[in-house]
Amino acid sequence: MTFWQITAFLLNGFKISCLIFAVTLLAGIPLGLPIAFCSMSRFKPLRAVSKVFVWIVRGVPLMLQIFIIYYVPGLLFNHQIFAQVDKYFFLNYGIEDAGRIVAVLIAFSINYACYFSEIYRGGIESISQGQYEAGQVLGMTRRQIFFRVVLLQVIKRIVPPMSNEIITLIKDTALANCIMVSEIIFQAKKLAATKALIWPLFYTGVFYLLFVGVLTILLGRLEKKLSYFKS
Amino acid sequence: MAFLEFCGVRKSFGRTDVLKGIDLTLEKGKTLAIIGSSGSGKTTLLRCINFLETPDEGRMFLNGELLFDASQAKSLSEKQLRAKRLHFGLVFQNFNLFPQYTVRENLCLAPKLLAKEQEKDKQKRKELFAKIEQKADELLAKVGLSEKADAYPCQLSGGQQQRVAIARALAMAPDILCFDEPTSALDPELTVEVLNVLRSLADDNMTMIVVTHEMKFAAEVADQVLFMDNGVVDYYGDTKTAFGPDCPSPRLKEFVGSIQK
Ligand SMILES: Nc1ncnc2c1ncn2[C@@H]1O[C@H](COP(=O)(O)OP(=O)(O)O)[C@@H](O)[C@H]1O
Ligand SMILES: [Mg+2]
Repeated sequence: MTFWQITAFLLNGFKISCLIFAVTLLAGIPLGLPIAFCSMSRFKPLRAVSKVFVWIVRGVPLMLQIFIIYYVPGLLFNHQIFAQVDKYFFLNYGIEDAGRIVAVLIAFSINYACYFSEIYRGGIESISQGQYEAGQVLGMTRRQIFFRVVLLQVIKRIVPPMSNEIITLIKDTALANCIMVSEIIFQAKKLAATKALIWPLFYTGVFYLLFVGVLTILLGRLEKKLSYFKS
Repeated sequence: MAFLEFCGVRKSFGRTDVLKGIDLTLEKGKTLAIIGSSGSGKTTLLRCINFLETPDEGRMFLNGELLFDASQAKSLSEKQLRAKRLHFGLVFQNFNLFPQYTVRENLCLAPKLLAKEQEKDKQKRKELFAKIEQKADELLAKVGLSEKADAYPCQLSGGQQQRVAIARALAMAPDILCFDEPTSALDPELTVEVLNVLRSLADDNMTMIVVTHEMKFAAEVADQVLFMDNGVVDYYGDTKTAFGPDCPSPRLKEFVGSIQK
């Protein structure tokens, strides 16, 4: 295999890594909001349930959560849902791993939504009461105060911690190989097993580094864009 | 009948009684100075006036009409509360400007949101918005900050920020404007510029309630003085008597003396 063939082979895996990355962000960023609001709810039972849920999801390794999502339906209901999705997509469309990828996407989205929710909560709680009260005495509604006054200040404050999580996320996608999803490291392991090539495994690092480099620049730009005000 | 009237207003937080039955009246166009030592309940009183706190007992009249009755407070909806709040404005000790908006936007935000709610017709709304912006510019001129209209709050000094906060409160055209120690967070040399704005408002016959530790200012500008002591009104009357030798309250005499030293 030439260098370019190996690059293409790994790139096929990196596509899956990027898919997991993108879907987790698209699902986790909005999903974190209701979780954050539940954790801040004035209704105690809801708050308690939400906090315990977040505690479990953040406290258990993501790899274990992937196993749980993937295997538990089969153990509980004797119904291998993800394996069947796998089979269905492979037989009908020739797409591999579809069911496993779905399981990974669910586990990642829930996991990251919980991390994001804690960042949102910290951001919202860090806004001074005075901002809300200033809005109130000017006759604004709660909604208006949240969307017109508080939200942008929260966004400004959560951009740095969110950036950290987002950079961690692309590296976490490697965990998908625990249920044999063909992300980039799994592809490299295939090369090691079938062609006795070890160096592609190390070469995968370059893909991550380039990706993280671009992300860092983009997130840095966003941070700079919001630096026109202090809060 | 007085413009604003408070009858027997009480407020406690848990077991601490902060306001123990406050009565006060204020005529239209007059300035009331509220003085008293720290922790005596001045801020809580202003917050009750602005519906940021709900009194446990008491009634409030504005212009002869019952505006608030503690015994019916539970049934108030957010919408009703907002409508009542609009009669009053509040200027905070630490300004609380909206940092992401320019000075002009700080003034226009709330009036525009209100106009949007009340006027559905697009053309008329546009005219309203233009009026709001024009009024904002007039108010900025009034507080001497026309050239800062496009600056962000973080680019202003404390005194300038407080003047913007005053203009922002005025942009809602409240019937009564309240100030909670508007100069306490400022360096002495910046205090003057804010007090001058208050003076000019008093000259324009704005109805104002000012919590302050600036005794000279209170003596000069206020029509009436209310001295709060431990949650009760210890003195309420005209300014001259409050600061003069005939002051009937020994506690007030002592307080004024301690501050001037
Ligand atoms: N939200 C609150 N919860 C509990 N206690 C409060 C609260 N707000 C004020 N207090 C108490 O009420 C008292 C009066 O406070 P405040 O009205 O701020 O006085 P002042 O403005 O005259 O210094 C203080 O003892 C303060 O600790
Ligand atoms: Mg106070």
